[in-house]
Amino acid sequence: MSTALRIALAASAALLTLGVAQAQEKTLRIGTEGAYPPFNNLTADGQLVGFDIDIAKALCDEMKVKCTFVAQDWDGIIPALQAGKFDAIVASMSITPERAEKVDFTNKYYNTPPAIAAPKDSDIKGVTKEDLAGKTIGVQASTTHFNYSTKAYTDSTIKPYPTAQEYQLDLANGRVDAVNDDITVLEGWLATPDGACCKLIGAITPDIEIHGPGAGIAVRKGDTELVNQFNKAIDAIRANGKYKEINDKYFKYDVYGGES
Amino acid sequence: MSAAAADVATKVEKPPAIPHGWPRQRILGYALVCMWIAFLAGIAAYLIVAWNGELFAKYAPSYVTGLGVTLLLVAISIVLGAILSVPIAYARMSKNRFLSGLAYAYVYFFRGTPLLAQTFLVYYGVGSFRPQLDMIGLWGFFREAFNCAIFAFSLNTAAYQAEILRGAIESVPRGQWEGAASLGLHKLQTMWKIILPQALIVALRPYGNEIILMIKGSAIVAIITVYDLMGITKLTYSRTFDFQSYVWAAIIYLIIVETLRHAVEWIERRITIHLQR
Repeated sequence: MSTALRIALAASAALLTLGVAQAQEKTLRIGTEGAYPPFNNLTADGQLVGFDIDIAKALCDEMKVKCTFVAQDWDGIIPALQAGKFDAIVASMSITPERAEKVDFTNKYYNTPPAIAAPKDSDIKGVTKEDLAGKTIGVQASTTHFNYSTKAYTDSTIKPYPTAQEYQLDLANGRVDAVNDDITVLEGWLATPDGACCKLIGAITPDIEIHGPGAGIAVRKGDTELVNQFNKAIDAIRANGKYKEINDKYFKYDVYGGES
Repeated sequence: MSAAAADVATKVEKPPAIPHGWPRQRILGYALVCMWIAFLAGIAAYLIVAWNGELFAKYAPSYVTGLGVTLLLVAISIVLGAILSVPIAYARMSKNRFLSGLAYAYVYFFRGTPLLAQTFLVYYGVGSFRPQLDMIGLWGFFREAFNCAIFAFSLNTAAYQAEILRGAIESVPRGQWEGAASLGLHKLQTMWKIILPQALIVALRPYGNEIILMIKGSAIVAIITVYDLMGITKLTYSRTFDFQSYVWAAIIYLIIVETLRHAVEWIERRITIHLQR
């Protein structure tokens, strides 16, 4: 037997035992973005924090499984789930029909409206198509907000950014006239010193076809058992006050939205 | 002298005969070629299976637009870089210590740092000096992501092209300069009529490589909000979650690079006719 073959056999044997060990411990790997405060964010020392993270931890406690977190760029988060890099996405992912073709969603775990922000001296009056005609709008790419902006603001130039941080930078230095994102994300940013340049123009009435019923947890297609477990856990933390505790840590109002 | 040369000549051995049968290398070679063929057939099969006429009709026009942006970006950057590379190459070869040091530092910086970092530095770095730029009236230029990309790419490729130019000029034997001087030709004339024509033959391949590298490198502008081919691809993928959007982009890049490679080979064949034996 050649050395290469021997090494390959040993490696696969090691992988097998590793797989068995993981199955026994029942570790759930959760994928998140880590660049979307206050929902999920990487701190300077590399810790993941935020509403999504706390909710995910509470759900894992409820489901009695051990959870680990993986930070993954937004653009590749669904392919990474499909490739098995993690088992569920808890990253403020809006439930949309296109995504639901590729992944299975739990029920929503929060639902907040989108909004528009602009510099303090901006002449933008509202959030309609006419108000934003001729303006440049910055949005995070591959999001429902991006889809909404390109559909609704056809008289404006839409610029796609990889993360929220980059459009915030460009709004502050004036490369874009306005930005479109979730209201809680914008409010969170405007409250920081970096967001001092800018103000909230107003909330957008969500378009159910584009924005969907809210943010849910995504799992691989066919992983129905995990969906059921998550749904039960969401209901449980809503009922036992754990959700409210986390909610109040980050927001002044209930982000869950109406019962759907 | 001639005896020594003859000595060397006798020591040169015939190349080994081509082995018959199936030596290990040949088996490995055939196996690798088969693997490649299987890989390409796999991609072709995937594209046929995944073919979606509706998707194609919807996104093909934007791919064409994106391709246009990529080509325009690279073309402008390469031309500006070529213009900029002349004084840099000159300074690099200069006997003036200060001048050559400055050019060396420039080349050192732009070749030693990633293009991505340079593009980010220009786009977001310049963005944070908006008040100062407003004052000197340059903000209008740097406001546009496309201009920032051109700026960063031109500076980057200028560094590489300057080195290509310098290397090529220095590859021309000194005797050519001396011969021209003995004929009483002016330095500029020597450069233009004798040195450059010979140097550019040497430089052609590296120039071709540099253009190819720029085309592939230009894919990073997608993250500073320019809708180039890669930007369009990402957008398409985010709308459809269909993996073939990336396969198509790869195929388009491959076609451009392949076309360029053949163009460079054709030019080389044309301009080296006098060297062929």
